[in-house]
Order: sequence, then C-alpha cells, then structure tokens
Amino acid sequence: MIQYQNLYNRVQVHGPADMGVPMNETGMFERQGTPFTSRLMGLIGNAQIGPIYLGWLGTISLVCGFIAFEIIGLNMWASVNWDPVQFVRQLFWLSLEPPPAKYGLHFPPVREGGWWLIAGLFLTTSVLLWWVRTYRRARALGMGTHVAWAFAAAIWLYLVLGFIRPVLMGNFSEAVPFGIFPHLDWTAAFSIRYGNLFYNPFHMLSIAFLYGSALIFAMHGATILAVSHLGGDREIEQIIDRGTASERAALFWRWTMGFNATMESIHRWAWWMAVLCPLAGGIGILLTGTVVDNWYLWAVKHGVAPTYAFDMWAPVLDPALKGQ
Amino acid sequence: MKYALAFIGIIAGTLLTIAMMLSWERPPMASTQIGPRGLGMVEINNPRMEAKLQKANVAPEADPPVKLSGVKVKDSKDYQNVKVLGDLDVEEFNRLMGAITNWVSPEQGCTYCHNPENMADDGLYTKVVARRMLQMTRAINTMWTPHVAQTGVTCYTCHRGNPVPANIWFKNEGSPQAAGMASSRQGQNLASKVVGTTSLTYDPFTPLLAKGANIRVDATTALPEGTSKASIHDTETTYALMMHLSQALGVNCTYCHNSRQFASWAESRPQRVTAWHGIHMVSEVNETYLGSLQSVFPKERLGPSGDVAKVNCATCHQGVYKPLYGAAMVKDYEELRQPNP
Repeated sequence: MIQYQNLYNRVQVHGPADMGVPMNETGMFERQGTPFTSRLMGLIGNAQIGPIYLGWLGTISLVCGFIAFEIIGLNMWASVNWDPVQFVRQLFWLSLEPPPAKYGLHFPPVREGGWWLIAGLFLTTSVLLWWVRTYRRARALGMGTHVAWAFAAAIWLYLVLGFIRPVLMGNFSEAVPFGIFPHLDWTAAFSIRYGNLFYNPFHMLSIAFLYGSALIFAMHGATILAVSHLGGDREIEQIIDRGTASERAALFWRWTMGFNATMESIHRWAWWMAVLCPLAGGIGILLTGTVVDNWYLWAVKHGVAPTYAFDMWAPVLDPALKGQ
Repeated sequence: MKYALAFIGIIAGTLLTIAMMLSWERPPMASTQIGPRGLGMVEINNPRMEAKLQKANVAPEADPPVKLSGVKVKDSKDYQNVKVLGDLDVEEFNRLMGAITNWVSPEQGCTYCHNPENMADDGLYTKVVARRMLQMTRAINTMWTPHVAQTGVTCYTCHRGNPVPANIWFKNEGSPQAAGMASSRQGQNLASKVVGTTSLTYDPFTPLLAKGANIRVDATTALPEGTSKASIHDTETTYALMMHLSQALGVNCTYCHNSRQFASWAESRPQRVTAWHGIHMVSEVNETYLGSLQSVFPKERLGPSGDVAKVNCATCHQGVYKPLYGAAMVKDYEELRQPNP
C-alpha cells in the first residue's frame, strides 16, 4: 500500500553533509567552511549550516559593508567622545548625519557629512555587489533571477532615499541619517515637512502592498499547511499535476471568497505584492519635494482629503497674518 | 537545549515585565474628545498622575488686602531707589515685598535680595535681577494678554518658592564629542529629556526661543513654489520644540493641532493661537528681559556656555495646560498688572 510521507514534519536530518552540486565554474574560490548541523536552526529550517560560496563579489561586498559599518559605528562612538558606556547606552540614539543643507551637492568636510557620503558610497557598493552575487549565484544554479529582481526593488527604494532624490533636490541634507532612532525621526520629520506623507498616493499604494504582502503570505502559508497532509506541500508538483490537496485548497477559497489563485499564480501574487511595496514607495519618495511640496494641500486640491466640520469653536486664523 | 531555551525565555519575559511595570503607565486612561470625530483629536490623561499633578500645582492663598496709607513709595523718604514700583502705596508695596519673599525666597528671606543694613542698596545682584523681573511680569501681564489673558502671572507662576525656577534652560552644546575628523552630531542624536527622549535636536530653544528662527516648515502650496526653504534638520528642530511644548503642558499634539496637517490654522484649535503668542512671549522674555541681565548674573549662575538662564514653556506651565490650573493670582496683586513706568 502506498504510504504518504508528509514533507512537513519535525524530524531533523543530522547526517553526512550535503555538499550540493559540483562547482562548474573555474575561479579562485571554492565553497568555504566545513558544514555542520545545528538543532536550533533545524527548528526553523535546514539543520545543515554551510558551506557558503563567497567568491570575489561576496568577499568585496562584505569588505565594503564592513568598512561602511565601521565608519558609521566609529563616528557614533566619537559622537559620545569615545565613551564606551555612553556608546552602549545611547547606541539607538546615535547617528552618522548627512551633510548640512549649506553644502548642497558639494563634498563637505568629513566632519560635516563627508563621512556620511563615504559610508554611503561603501554601503551602496556593498549592496550592489551583493545584488550581482545573488544574480550570478542564481544563474550558476540554473535558476531564474526572481530573487535578484526582488532585491533590486528594495535597492531602488534605498537609492531613492539616499541618493537619487537628494540629487534631484540638489541637496544631500535631504537624505536619511545612519542611525536607529535618528532615521525614524527623519521619517517623521520628512512626512511633516512635506505636508503628511499619508496623502501621497504612492505611499498609500506602498502601504497597501505591504499589508497585502503580509496578508497573502498568511493566506498562502495557512492554505498549504492546511492541505500538506494531502500532498499540498509538494507545491511545484501540484502545479503541473494537480492533486486533491490543490483541489481542496482551491475549493476552500472559491467557497469562502468566490475566487481562488492557483498553485502557480499565488507565487506570482506574492512576488509582485512584495516587490511593488518598495517600487511604489520609491516613486512616492521620489515625487516628494521634487514634484509635490505639500501632500496634504495636493490631496485637498484633488479632492482626496475629506473635509471635517470645524464648528466646535470660532474659526481659527493664522495670528501671523494679523500683523501682530 | 529545549529547557535552556525555555529558561532563557522565562528570564527575558520576567525582566521585560518588570521593565514595563516600572516605566509604563497602567490603564485605564481618561480620554476626552476635543475635535471633530474621526480625527483622533482626543486628550488622554492618566487620572492617577493627574491627581498628583494637581496637588503639586496649587496657587498659594493671597495675602489679605491692606489698608492704604495714602503715601506713595516715591513720596516717602523711607524708600529710596525704588525704580519700578514707585507708584505703589507704601502699605501695598510692603505687602507685595512680603509676597515676593514667600514666592521666591521663603527660606532665604528678604536678605536674599536686600542688604539688611541698607534696603535701597543695589549691591546684591539678586535685587537688580528682581527689579528686571518685576518689569518683565508687568510687561507680560499688560502686553501679552493674548497669551496670559486675565489670569496673568506672578513671580510664583515660575518660582514656586525657589529662588531659581525649577525649569530653566541654557544653551546646550550636548555632552563632549570627539574633535578632529570625527563627524559632528549637528546638534542631534543624544537621548535628550527636554525633547521627550527622542534623538531630535537637543537644544531647540536657542534657535527658536532666543534667536527667533523660523519655526514654520511646511510649504503653503501643493507644488514646489519655494514657499518653504526648511530643511529636514529645521523640521526636526521645530518638531523637537513641539515635543517640549507637549511635555511642558502635559498635552498631546492634538491639543492644538489637527495632526493630519500640523500647519493648517483652519483645522487647528484656538489653543494654538494662544500657544503661538506664548512662543513669541517667551522669545521676548528671553531676549529683552533675561538677555539684559547677562552682565548682572555672577558666573556661577550662568550656563556652561556662559549664557544667562532662560525660560521655556515648562518654566511656567510645569506639566499643566494652564499654569497652576489657571488660578488667577494676579487679580490679588493688581500692581503687577500695571504698565511699566
């Protein structure tokens, strides 16, 4: 009798390491590290750790990333006069600030934002090299490059925030500082300065895609887990050879909401939903200050912002207009 | 392994719970709708802390009125060198002097400002400061009614029995930072109490409450037409001052603003107009009155950068939307509501 083995179970494989496919590229690098298994990691994924393929791109990317990390960290530490206690205590408050507005796009003294530009250059190099790496590793494994392009969507938002928009505005002071709370304060101040980002339609779209991603992720994860005992976990097989798991999952959604994705399309839904979040967000940031200076007033102009009856008190007028 | 994880989890959970109980306020909170519904324009108060605050912000009872002697201070030989209060009746003057002592230096007494050998002597710097502060009080009560209304202020509004009011500020350079090539903090990025423990500009007072820098950051047109030149940094400075205002008055942003558009006056509450006058009043107090005392104060009374002590919203308000919950003290000391001679 055929016995069905569910792929989803709590059994961890701790055996001889799987070394993967043989390297078919010639190069200086082999895969690094002796593989080992970890019970802890096995709880959330594959118990085998390593080996990792670093290569030239990965190595240079890590070096550049480390340089950026060091520039940011050391400047943070310097900002509390090299006091180790204050560095730890105030770590979340510390930051490496972009140049003040007076420097525009000119290279400022290192003390006034120069380090920010240098750190940004290294971080960007690191991120871009890592992108090339995800593209090349996917190609080397004969995969599609979906991961690389999804990563590119995130890089787009990062570049808009830190480089493209500041260049269009003619001022690096518009860019985001490197710091935990400081970048959050920047976000709040950015929204206030440009009249409330919630009225930016691309910000609205971005939020819709963000929440949509979470929703789709939960719906898909729940659906597959719910039918895994029927073979639903073999998603790729179910795409080409639809079995009872796929049928039931489809029926469930058709019954509950009248429409169902397919085993294939749900992954395209998820990919686009996630990728459109930073893509739309990046467009929204790019338009802020360059094309629209006050999103609230823009929304009023175009009938987006609702009106409320402020009749609980006498009309309030700007006291500065009374010449007082 | 499993137990170790559980153990770590329990310890972390316990520590977080303790941290939460020590730093958070327990529910329930009282909330009052203060604007059109659907906008979240709601004042939220903790009734338990409110009770404490009320106890800490009680105006002292006014001294009983005195029978006027009919002699003005400036006409009496016994009172010399009275430059501000000369028009007062002698009895009224003495009553006020007693009140000031109770308000400002209850422990130190008259000699905090006066030389007991010669009360007219200006030798003590505190007397010169007190004279200037009387002028300031009168100016506030007569020229700044858009902010203080008929409630007015007395010495007690700020001093509360302390020779130096509890909430003052000096120019703040922040803690030392490395010089040379190390990046400047640009006046931000320290955990700063005066701006609500954010990493915003830690001294929003110097530019906005002493130097009269532009506080408005929003563009007044939808499209870029150059109506606002404010940088993100400027915005953070305004934001920082607003954090201070919120803390100083114990109110939320929506006490004055409709937060969907902070800049819009049409959607603001009338309280914002009062606050606007308050910001201008504080700037004038700092520039005209406290600024003029720069050379009067001894070195130990000056700030780390050698500047004079200055006021902000907390100096009077002390956590309450109206100082002393709006107790009108000045009606019992009308001499503090006279124009300066």
